[in-house]
Amino acid sequence: MQSPLDLSIASVIVLLCASAAAPLLSSKQKHLVTFTFAASAFASLLAFAGGLSALYGGAAESVKLLIGLPDLPFYLRLDPLSGFFIMVVAALGFCVSIYSIGYVRSFIGRRSVTPLAVFYCLFMAGMLLVLLSDDAYSFMVSWELMALSSFLLVCFEDERPQNRKAAFIYLLIAHIGAILILLSFGLLAGNAAGFTDFSGYTFQAMRESGISGGWASAAFLLGFFGFAAKAGVVPLHAWLPEAHPAAPSNVSALMSGAMLKTAVYGMARLSFDLLPVSAWWWGGLVLTLGLISALMGVLYALMQHDLKRLLAYHSVENIGIILIGLGLAMIFTSFNMPLMAALALTAGLYHTLNHAMFKGLLFMGSGAVLHATGQRNMEGMGGLIHRMPWTAPLFLVGCLSISALPPLNGFVSEWLTFQSFLLSPVLPSRLLNILIPLGAAMLALTGVLAAACFVKVFGVVFLGRWRGRHKTEVHEVGWSMRAGMGLTAFACIALGVFPTLMIDMMNSIPGAMLGVKLDVHRGLSWIWLAPVSAERASYSAPIALLGICAAIAAAYIVAHARKTAVRRAPAWDCGFEKMTSRMQYNATSFSMPIRRIFGFLFSIKEGARASGKHPSAFFPGKYTYTLRVRDRLWYFFYKPAADVSFWLARKAGKLQHGRIQIYLLYSFVTLIALLVFA
Amino acid sequence: MTVSFAAQINSVLAALILLASFGLLVQRRIYGLLHIFAWQGLLLSISAAVVGYSAGLHHLYISAALTLSLKVIALPYILYVLIHRLKIHREVEEVVRIPTTMLIGIALVVFSYHLTAPITELSDLVTRSTLAVALATIMLGLLMMITRKKAVTQIIGFLAMENGLFFAATSATYGMPLVVELGVALDILIAAFIFGIFFFQIRTTFDTLDLKAMERLKEEE
Amino acid sequence: MENVYSALMQALQLTIVVAGAPLLTGWVRTLKCWMQGRRTAGLLQPYRDLARLFSKDIVLAENASWIFRFAPYVVFGATLMAGAVIPLISFDLPLGATADIIALVALFATARFFLALAAMDTGTAFGGMGSSREMTVASLAEPAMLMSIFTVSLASQSTSLSQMAHVITSTPLVLRPSLAFALLAFILIAVAETGRVPVDNPATHLELTMIHEAMILEYSGRHLALIEWAGMMKLLLFSSIGIACFFPWGISGHGDPLMLPPAFVILAAKLALIGIFIVLVETGLAKMRLFRVPEFLGSAFLLATLGMLSFFILE
Repeated sequence: MQSPLDLSIASVIVLLCASAAAPLLSSKQKHLVTFTFAASAFASLLAFAGGLSALYGGAAESVKLLIGLPDLPFYLRLDPLSGFFIMVVAALGFCVSIYSIGYVRSFIGRRSVTPLAVFYCLFMAGMLLVLLSDDAYSFMVSWELMALSSFLLVCFEDERPQNRKAAFIYLLIAHIGAILILLSFGLLAGNAAGFTDFSGYTFQAMRESGISGGWASAAFLLGFFGFAAKAGVVPLHAWLPEAHPAAPSNVSALMSGAMLKTAVYGMARLSFDLLPVSAWWWGGLVLTLGLISALMGVLYALMQHDLKRLLAYHSVENIGIILIGLGLAMIFTSFNMPLMAALALTAGLYHTLNHAMFKGLLFMGSGAVLHATGQRNMEGMGGLIHRMPWTAPLFLVGCLSISALPPLNGFVSEWLTFQSFLLSPVLPSRLLNILIPLGAAMLALTGVLAAACFVKVFGVVFLGRWRGRHKTEVHEVGWSMRAGMGLTAFACIALGVFPTLMIDMMNSIPGAMLGVKLDVHRGLSWIWLAPVSAERASYSAPIALLGICAAIAAAYIVAHARKTAVRRAPAWDCGFEKMTSRMQYNATSFSMPIRRIFGFLFSIKEGARASGKHPSAFFPGKYTYTLRVRDRLWYFFYKPAADVSFWLARKAGKLQHGRIQIYLLYSFVTLIALLVFA
Repeated sequence: MTVSFAAQINSVLAALILLASFGLLVQRRIYGLLHIFAWQGLLLSISAAVVGYSAGLHHLYISAALTLSLKVIALPYILYVLIHRLKIHREVEEVVRIPTTMLIGIALVVFSYHLTAPITELSDLVTRSTLAVALATIMLGLLMMITRKKAVTQIIGFLAMENGLFFAATSATYGMPLVVELGVALDILIAAFIFGIFFFQIRTTFDTLDLKAMERLKEEE
Repeated sequence: MENVYSALMQALQLTIVVAGAPLLTGWVRTLKCWMQGRRTAGLLQPYRDLARLFSKDIVLAENASWIFRFAPYVVFGATLMAGAVIPLISFDLPLGATADIIALVALFATARFFLALAAMDTGTAFGGMGSSREMTVASLAEPAMLMSIFTVSLASQSTSLSQMAHVITSTPLVLRPSLAFALLAFILIAVAETGRVPVDNPATHLELTMIHEAMILEYSGRHLALIEWAGMMKLLLFSSIGIACFFPWGISGHGDPLMLPPAFVILAAKLALIGIFIVLVETGLAKMRLFRVPEFLGSAFLLATLGMLSFFILE
């Protein structure tokens, strides 16, 4: 029996070996795909076993590696929190790897898939290493490994200029985030051991340093915004809707489902483990940004008609929901209410797991749709349910989960979040008592808007009739892609119907971080979820599912008691004749009422133009409608920042003359300056 | 009637006064505004009477009667006549969209609660908790004056602010001295007449009651 | 013995929900006829309608997929499940703890999700219109709904319906402005959720004003029957949620079979009163423009928030 940490390290080694071996097979692309993705699936299984047993065992285990710089060895540690995140990453990694076997084959013949295979494995290894690291040095190294390999994956299809631009924005924001994280670690390490030696760089030293006051707040703010840049929290979300659609779909699934979670891990590690709890406004900040991200994410998503861009904006939304849980947990902790903090933390983490599953599923589904139709624009799709009998129901499971509908998993975590919101009246601060419920209302709005958005997605992509101008031969995808989606869909259902099994197992996390364990049954049996008390609130997914099924069965029997015929006829549509498929609602028209109600949050340019032979206002030959929705933050936040940096760059550019003597002068002046001040 | 029961009634009245303030914010029709304003005055006078009864302060009865006659009958009547003569029964025109105004209003209530919380802890009157509502009413009246275009609605906003002041006086200190109150009442009445005269003047000058027209009064640059 | 009693109660409850819902609808329609000076089709007409629909053949749109055929069952199933949870005449419901009020609202959301999908399935213009509008209205109603729930749960420290009702009946009556506001907000939301005037008109088939009807235009036969039936149950259930949260007096307690007949009579009386209220509102008001609905539901949110604020400020 191997220890959990050994299993995880073995998994990383398998991934690194696979990535190193991949170029050797590059002449046989088919074998290469099968080999690398099978290897990464195997590695994911190992890591999954390691993570799960660490979570189940509840103990921490650490090791010092003999690699790294002299005096700066790598420390690795596996405790319940990192075990949980490793489990999340590995579970999704396994499904996506299986999916990739089929998906990546579609690139063969068009381009070499060797870089995809190599960097995919490196990316997985990087994520696992981030979760395992126990010192600032190895953390930053693995963080960079993860960021760079994912950057190379985003620009895999680099012949398109927009992909290169997306990758660049991604790299830029990732590095701004990395710098902030580095500064935060620097503060912590400096506080732990002074700035004279490096001994403060381990997380253990930071934990014991007892940093407090303004330094703690500064470290928190730096670290939080650093991780927020990676997680795509509004207003640092601009890279996300650019990078996720640009990457191949299996990579988008991993980036959205797993990589964003490493940022959540970073926040949780920083604010519950490395830093002592102090001011309540930390939690307030996290909660506020979470709420804004959740609402803005879903509203942006509603405005999109590019399937993958829409899903990317939903990642912003779901990261927001996770942050709501974390923020509430931090607020409760700061008022010394560990039990309630445990509930909120569990809600946030459970949503982390759920989001990994359903967002992975949805991105894989969008990959299947892309594979089948060759396009991402929803306006040209429709009726795929008839051609893709497997993908459609699997995608529907994802839609139901992300829309937080019972009895699926997204609902469980939102329900838990609402329960933590409902506990806010016990806080001793009157102002928080009043403000936090407003946050709950925002979360409710987010949930239903997400449902509206996924009615739109499923309705426009899979239902109705084909909207495209050209008939495309749409076909169902292969077994491995179906298997990858099927596994995640199964996980969504299982996590939704039997949430208590997982939540009980996750109990070791609050146990390790907050010192209390949550009793989610409160004297009832395992099918009940009653996090506070049985009188207060309870939910039982198995009974709800059984009840609905029983009611459906009863309705079926009653409805079929009398034999009636079923016949097909053209749609009635209130008697309108000559319906064409272009008269259907599409993605733009579906979201029109919501666009009009919440339009003030965006910069919207709408235009209608009559054209044709004799364009007149009353009998136009052809009417063209144009709509452009843009993020206001581009104008208020990013564009000024970009302008300032260009301005600075131009100023700095004046130093460049191209004359060798001047450059030598620069070096000379620097040398003199160093000699004077050193 | 026990003190706690009086306090309960006063809380309900405070809640209704707050509701009326929001009603003024969201109402689109001018006659509707007048009705809500009259209702707010009525609630105010009942509240003054209840406080007077429970605290045994009989001068509050006089303020209650004054409020009743002035704010429920006289002022709405004057405004009604004005609106009728000036023939402005169209919908209220707002500068800021109504849902946004509502959200700002909620934020103002939270803010005034936060502001009055320390004062409430110092006071020991049964009516102390309504101070936040009184402050909120004042702020909502001002918000209404800011977000509306037409002069008539601004007058109603102004009068609603005065309602808030009166309510603050009753809830924080069991009412102002009678002399002050009489003076304020007289001021309000005279103000209403002056406004009336102004309305006619504004309209004969600009042919409209839209205050946007007054922007033309500045010097040319 | 106790288990048998609760199981009986559960069965009785489900029977009332399934069988009583058309009666409430019939009552509302009859009253409306009286108000408008028309002849009525009788209290039992909804039953006859359902029976007729169940015996008719089904005409499916050419493009309809399994979603379209499956949705009516889900709508009916989810609504019936919600009906098993809300206490109507007794708190003795073994299934009562399955869902608290938040989960209950989500059950209705599941039904709505499938109905909206089914509307998109036939590929018609009106289907998409109905589904887009329905989701818009629902998304505006939801924050107000949650805020209203929050306000009520402040007093009862619970979101479980039985517990909320129990707390209200067992504490002495005090004037609570917060509950009054929450009730007003709840009424507005219930109007929007059940698709009544002034948000939606259940009797209209005028193309541009439909919301709910536009979604179910293509349904026929037993599918339509199931959806109509679920709609009637939803009206009954929203009324019962209102009763349980705000006027729970008269619901019989645990293990108290003697209270059942009076509880039944009281329930019938309350529902009859709600029917009168609905009819008065529907006769007195006109359906509002779609883009006035945000203001309507915004007022609901405002009321619920004022309820929450007045709980903290005034109580």
